[in-house]
Amino acid sequence: MKVNNSFLKGLIAGIPIGIGYLAVSFAFGIMAVKSGLSPLEALLISMTNLTSAGQVAGTPIIAAGGSFVELAMTQLVINSRYALMSVSLSQKLHGAGFLSRFLIAFGNTDEIFAVSIGEEGGIGKKFFYGLMLFPWLGWSSGTVIGAVAGSALPEIITGSLGVAIYAMLIAVVIPKAKTHLPTALCALFAVALSCGFKYLPILADFAKEYAGFVIIICAVVASAVFALLFPVNEDKEVRENDR
Amino acid sequence: MTVSPTFWLYLAVMAGTTYLIRLIPLQLFKRKMKNRFVFSFLYYVPYAVLSAMIVPAVFYETGSIISASVGFVVASAVAFFGKSLPVVAACSCLSVFICEAVRQYLL
Repeated sequence: MKVNNSFLKGLIAGIPIGIGYLAVSFAFGIMAVKSGLSPLEALLISMTNLTSAGQVAGTPIIAAGGSFVELAMTQLVINSRYALMSVSLSQKLHGAGFLSRFLIAFGNTDEIFAVSIGEEGGIGKKFFYGLMLFPWLGWSSGTVIGAVAGSALPEIITGSLGVAIYAMLIAVVIPKAKTHLPTALCALFAVALSCGFKYLPILADFAKEYAGFVIIICAVVASAVFALLFPVNEDKEVRENDR
Repeated sequence: MTVSPTFWLYLAVMAGTTYLIRLIPLQLFKRKMKNRFVFSFLYYVPYAVLSAMIVPAVFYETGSIISASVGFVVASAVAFFGKSLPVVAACSCLSVFICEAVRQYLL
C-alpha cells in the first residue's frame, strides 16, 4: 500500500486549512475578549486546544466562573466527535508508534482529519506533522489578532465577523446532512431540543441554572435516538461521506 | 495582557479534556469499532452537537435577528453547494455586513 510520509507534502496540504483557521479564529478572539477574557488568555486557549466548537462553548463557562466539572463535561461531549475521528485516523496511520501518537492526537481537528482521510492509501507521521503546522499557527495567530484588534474595530465589523464561527460549524454539518437523510433529521431534532431549552419556560429555567449541560443533553438525546432508529453502516455511509 | 490565577486551572481542565479525547482512541483503537450502537451514536454526536450549538445561538450574534438570519441562510446555502470552509465563512460575514450597513445607515 502507498504511504505518504512526506513532511513537505503535508505542509503544503495544510496551507489552505491554515488560512481558513486564521479567519475563523479571528472571530474566536473577538468573542473571547467580549466575554471577558484577556487577549493572552484567548491565545493560550487556542494554542492548547485547537478546536473551534469546544472553545466557543468552553470560553463563556470560563468567563462566567463556571465549575470545572461543567467545563470538562462540555468539552467531553462537544469534542467527542474527535474520539470517532481518532479511531478512523488510527487505521489510516502507518508506521506511527506509541510516542508519535501523542503529537498526532493534538492535531486531529475536523479539517486536518478530513484531509488525512482524503489522502489515497496510508499516511505517515511526518506527513501529519507537516499537515498540522500551518493550521496551528493560523489558529493561534488569528486568535490573538482578533482579540487585540477586535476591540479597535467598529461593532458592525466585529458583529459581521462573529458570524464566521457559526458559518464554519454550518459548513461541517450541511454537506453530511445533504447526503445522508438521518443525519439531517438528527440535526433538526437537536435544533428542536436546543430551541426548547431556550424558549420553553420550564426548560429555559433549567438552562439558566445549568447552561453548560444544555448542549450535552441535546446532543446525547438526539444521537442516542438516531443511533437506535437509524444505525449507520460504517463502511458505506461514513467513509464515503468523510471524503 | 493578564492571566488570572484560576485561569490556569480552567485552561488545564479544558485543554486536558480535549487532548485526552483525541489521544485515548488513537492509542487504544487500532481496529474497527464492532458495536453498531456505539459506532452509530459516535457518528451522530458531532452533527447533533454542532446543530444544537448553531441554533438558536447564531440568531443573537450580530446585533439584529434579521441580519443573523440572512447570515445563517447564506452560510447554509453556500455550504449546501459544496463550497469550502473559508468561502462559506466569507460569504456569510459579507451578507451580515451588508444587512447591518443597510439597517444602521440607510433605514
